[in-house]
Amino acid sequence: MQESVVIFERVTKSYPTYTYITAGFKNFLIHLPKSLKGFKKRYTVLRDISFQIARGECVGFIGRNGVGKSTLLGLIAGVLKPDSGKIVVKGRVSPLLELGAGFHPDLTGRENIILNGVLLGMTKAEVKAKLDSIVEFSGLKDFIDQPIRTYSSGMVARLAFSVIAHLDPEILLIDEILAVGDVEFQKKSFQKILEFKEKGITIVLVSHSLDSVVKVCDRAIWLENGGIKMDGKAKEVVSAYLRS
Amino acid sequence: MLLNFQSFLQSKSLQYYFDLVSVLVAKELKVRYKNSILGYFWSLLNPIALAIIFYFVFKVVMRVPIENYSFFLVCGLFPWQWFANSVGSSPMVLLGNASLIKKVNFPTYIIPLASILNDAVHFLLTIPVILIFGFLFKVTPSLVYVWGIPCWFVAQFFLTYGLSLLFSSINLFFRDLERLVSLSLLLLFFLTPVFYDLSLVPKEYHGIIFLNPATGIIIGWRDLFMKGTFDVGLYFVYFFYSLGIFFVGFFIFRKLSPRFAEVL
Repeated sequence: MQESVVIFERVTKSYPTYTYITAGFKNFLIHLPKSLKGFKKRYTVLRDISFQIARGECVGFIGRNGVGKSTLLGLIAGVLKPDSGKIVVKGRVSPLLELGAGFHPDLTGRENIILNGVLLGMTKAEVKAKLDSIVEFSGLKDFIDQPIRTYSSGMVARLAFSVIAHLDPEILLIDEILAVGDVEFQKKSFQKILEFKEKGITIVLVSHSLDSVVKVCDRAIWLENGGIKMDGKAKEVVSAYLRS
Repeated sequence: MLLNFQSFLQSKSLQYYFDLVSVLVAKELKVRYKNSILGYFWSLLNPIALAIIFYFVFKVVMRVPIENYSFFLVCGLFPWQWFANSVGSSPMVLLGNASLIKKVNFPTYIIPLASILNDAVHFLLTIPVILIFGFLFKVTPSLVYVWGIPCWFVAQFFLTYGLSLLFSSINLFFRDLERLVSLSLLLLFFLTPVFYDLSLVPKEYHGIIFLNPATGIIIGWRDLFMKGTFDVGLYFVYFFYSLGIFFVGFFIFRKLSPRFAEVL
């Protein structure tokens, strides 16, 4: 057994019900008693969850909407803090961003690669060194000096994925992204993910596409009602999930 | 977050930190200056237009007894624009980067920093225009500028950054803060001696005007550019005032930042 790189120990995560607060000062003051109650009331998404992911493992999380899959990725990435429990993450974590997040439509493809690469944790020099290879991978050579507002959404996705592919992550977090671009590019990114896997990069995938979970992951974890309903081989967990 | 900050500096080099800020500032600048010269004139247009309006209303119509009034206006309006633009846009800067904050673990206080540095660059680029006005009004540039400009710049930076940190973080929890901020900026503008001189204000109101942290800074810039003087006492009072506001903003931001991803 390889060393564990992601360890969750009895992790609980709840969200505040900030309805009256995010509605602004005006609503907060008008509904003051309710608002103050709202401070204490929290909505628990994950309750007492424990699991470990070994180095090089590829784990898919499945479950219904709102069951806490994305929250889990947020916890691993460190942008969310748990209410209680312990989370240990060893190694550089790279999240795959939503389509075009961290891109600016008025900048060229090339400028956006640098912007995105630095936002995701590389230094400028590192991005520049990899620039040619990133452009090559994206297959957008002819458009790379055009502002990306002229790109189709598939092209933006290719660019975004190409940056990630060159990040050299140790733990890769993927939140519903495999279904972008044309067929050829999907194949290519799929190929890249498998390549990552062969290199021994740990991959955590959250997806509604059970197909891609089965194809990419060795192991799947089925979340339900804030807890783990089933944890095992991807095929078995997915077929159990489909039967339910 | 202080601990975070230390481990951050250790784990990632200062180089990375610097790159992050420079890339974010460069992004905004590139977008604005894509049509190089025109971009520069657009950022001048606003303060110049204001200066013309105030000149007409207060000099031509109301005849305020201030000499070299157009020069006087420009010296106050240009730095005020930096302050007002940065603070005015601060409530929205974190919201505008929601998808990033929700996924990537990086120091979020970089986002308002990049935004105010972007406005600061515009301000620095307008200083030559102030100098041209000075030349037209036969004011020769003084050696005091060499250290006067960086000093007031730093004071204004802390004031602006502090308020930006404060408003950008609180606005995530109270989303109508933006309206209050723009209203407050309007009020603050009239409480700041930008288009009038302190000597015209009745003595009993001096207290309230000096309580305004922007007052000393605007007076400082104007004395620097119009008279070539630097009042050390005034400087230290408002420098520490700004620094204090910066720390308040920083601590509140620090306190709230672990919750950002929850409410975005």
